[in-house]
Amino acid sequence: MDKPFAITLNVGSSLANKTGSWRTERAVYVHRLPPCAGACPAGENVQQWLYQAEGPDYEAAWRQIMEDNPFPAVMGRVCYHPCETACNRAELDQTVGINSVERFLGDEAIEQGWTVEASSASTGQRVLVVGAGPSGLSAAYQLTRTGHSVTIVDSGSAAGGMMRFGIPKYRLPRDVLDAEVQRILDMGVVLELNHKVTDLLATMQDGGFDAVFLAIGAHIGKRAYIPAGDSTHILDAVSMLRGMEGKQPPMLGRRVIVYGGGNTAMDAARTAKRLGATDAVVVYRRTRDRMPAHDFEVEEALDEGVTMKWLSTITQAEGGRLQLEKMELDATGFPQPTGEFEELEADSLVLALGQEADLSLLEGIPGIEIEDHVVTVGPNMMTGHAGIFAGGDMVPAERTVTVGIGHGRKAALHIDAWLRGAQYTPLPKHELATFDKLNPWYYSDAPPTVRPQLDAARRRSTFDEVIGGLDESNALFEARRCLSCGNCFACDNCYGVCPDNAVVKLEPGVAYGYAIDLDYCKGCGMCVAECPCGALEMVPETI
Amino acid sequence: MPFQPIKFYQAGSFVAGNRLLDPEQRSVQSDADRSNTLTSGHRACQGCGEALGARYALDAAMRATKNRLIAANATGCLEVFFTPYPESSWQLPWMHSLFGNAPAVATGIAAALRVKGRHDIRVVGQAGDGGTVDIGLGCLSGMFERNDDVLFTCYDNEAYMNTGVQRSGATPPAARTATTEAVGPEPGNRFGQGKNVPMIAMAHEIPYVATATVADLRDIEYKVERAMSFHGARYLHILVTCPLGWGCDSADTIRVARLATQSGLFPVFEAEQGEITAVTKIRQRVPVEEYLRLQKRYAHLFGRSARPDIVARLQAQADRNIARFDLLENQPVGVS
Repeated sequence: MDKPFAITLNVGSSLANKTGSWRTERAVYVHRLPPCAGACPAGENVQQWLYQAEGPDYEAAWRQIMEDNPFPAVMGRVCYHPCETACNRAELDQTVGINSVERFLGDEAIEQGWTVEASSASTGQRVLVVGAGPSGLSAAYQLTRTGHSVTIVDSGSAAGGMMRFGIPKYRLPRDVLDAEVQRILDMGVVLELNHKVTDLLATMQDGGFDAVFLAIGAHIGKRAYIPAGDSTHILDAVSMLRGMEGKQPPMLGRRVIVYGGGNTAMDAARTAKRLGATDAVVVYRRTRDRMPAHDFEVEEALDEGVTMKWLSTITQAEGGRLQLEKMELDATGFPQPTGEFEELEADSLVLALGQEADLSLLEGIPGIEIEDHVVTVGPNMMTGHAGIFAGGDMVPAERTVTVGIGHGRKAALHIDAWLRGAQYTPLPKHELATFDKLNPWYYSDAPPTVRPQLDAARRRSTFDEVIGGLDESNALFEARRCLSCGNCFACDNCYGVCPDNAVVKLEPGVAYGYAIDLDYCKGCGMCVAECPCGALEMVPETI
Repeated sequence: MPFQPIKFYQAGSFVAGNRLLDPEQRSVQSDADRSNTLTSGHRACQGCGEALGARYALDAAMRATKNRLIAANATGCLEVFFTPYPESSWQLPWMHSLFGNAPAVATGIAAALRVKGRHDIRVVGQAGDGGTVDIGLGCLSGMFERNDDVLFTCYDNEAYMNTGVQRSGATPPAARTATTEAVGPEPGNRFGQGKNVPMIAMAHEIPYVATATVADLRDIEYKVERAMSFHGARYLHILVTCPLGWGCDSADTIRVARLATQSGLFPVFEAEQGEITAVTKIRQRVPVEEYLRLQKRYAHLFGRSARPDIVARLQAQADRNIARFDLLENQPVGVS
């Protein structure tokens, strides 16, 4: 006991005092589902690839996209980006231009020549894909990556499906499409063009295929009965757009009337305008707010001089003149005839009334069910006939390129499992990272000097193919507007704000590179409250 | 804004670290090797704003002085929870003082170092608002008047929290404390003359005076570093939320301090030689009610026997601050 006067205890550190015992709740790092990823029909992990792009590590970002979707450059042009519709940043200022960043990454990959390797370990199993559209190519890509050998057959003269024969060039330049298709073929996928399958079971047997994925699309334009004389040129929009890929563009004349209100109608009218029509008029039986076409497509069409006739049906076509009947919406919003007529001059009438699939190759195959002109599939994308899977426009779903790509990926996962005699069970989805989970104080305001410039770039990116796209600095800025909803982005706030130094930094600058020191965490919840992105939550301690 | 904030980069410099910034652009607190001058195991309440604010300020001072720093600390919460005998959380040389004489003790340490020729070692003095605004004001004023080479920091939690939440000279009007009950026609603390120590310090025309809050880490670090670039008497007044005394949720410590600045009730500024040189503009202005409602010490202003007249008087104080310190940057009201 050799201590100074009045001192009875040795000096010690407060570290001996384990204040963690006070705690009734603890902070836990979590992953929440960002709304963008939750909304992506192709299942892209959007927040994750934006995180890579923010770095910036464009190649890693691109590879993250390629995990789920082999068409980033196409997506960046034709996807209707439900991710942006869901984006939480809209609550702050304006959604993140996810689509334009994806386009930048896709174009960068083509420029740099980045490729994806097929799996080196072959499973020895063969899968037939019918249809070289987005869904078929997506399935072929994913199956090749898991080591299956894939053959795609398509009745057309080139691969791409609706991406080539439906989407006009001004929205998707063909060199971009070709580059992304070729990248898939270079992985070792066999492509047989001008090959129409008529007897599916025989084709499978002859080729020794273990499974098949059908993605033949919906190529037949629906017709409506319109009494017409010989002199009126009537064609359907699908054939017309397909004709654009031929040697001779379709002859439409100066006054072109497009009948229908979907995206295909807009494509047809805008294409007609580009072919030299002085008048391109869209006739639709309901009102603008009820049009199935996306608003920005309508807006772009109007900007280009396409005109619209709402609440009208075409009742007769005779000698270069169309008879239109005015409609009015009844209480249920359904258009009813009014008995009032007007006339419109027309050199040609393009019907854009929807499409149907040619399902003749499925005739006589036991177990396959067809309802409303589409094939019934289970949650695993398999038809009623074991080993025959289907996706894309020929199954019941929204008909977009992105949905088709998503089907292809999903089917590939199930086909792979089925071939191994297993069952593919997707991981349970995380809780959605809604805006109320965030602490928006911490996000930088987008300064007004940068904003208009970006707006212009974004508009160009969806409008004008030749000069569109973001440049590198804009793309990087745009990526960095991401709020990283529900996923740690290594901002160190939790580490900084803990009054008890109970957040430990494991790896500097790496997302989720932290741990809670439960010896000292008192459970105050400040790290959770001050986490900008909602990557932490409080959970009660069990007693 | 007294320092250049880093814009863009997702969260810019609003957050502690940010992987997109160069390491030297990140805060001291984001550094895995920060000094942690006040280490874990201390007995502060959950979510203590003072424990956090003191670590922010002292870690920054340690970096500014290359770890050559001595502290003099007054009796108060800081002493009680950081040093329950025989354990201590302090990881820097530190001298305990009485409630009221920390500025004088700090002066003494500085004088001793000068005599010994140790010009490399700097001194900080610290106290709560009781030790600064009330009991220690005489010693503090003397320290200012002599221009002793000390940075004195007041951690202002607006009452004597350590002894059981009694009113201090820094307690705001209408706030309920143990000695200003929420009863009678003028519930809570009375609307007095106020006692603005930063302005008193400025009246001494010392080299540097600044205010800050625990809600703005970067601002505290900047101001400590700036203060350490001067010699002579310097004063830093940091508003630190007290979840216990203010009756707010422990998770809301930073949020409440942030709302104190965004409502205009607590102006954040810095001054040199008695002149204000910079103010931190309000980024998202809020009505005072948003700040008051989170705290039980103002609960009597709302609910069944609400006192909108008192809320309006507090709003008038905030508006006066906004006009007086020019806190607005032409921004709309109402975002939180």
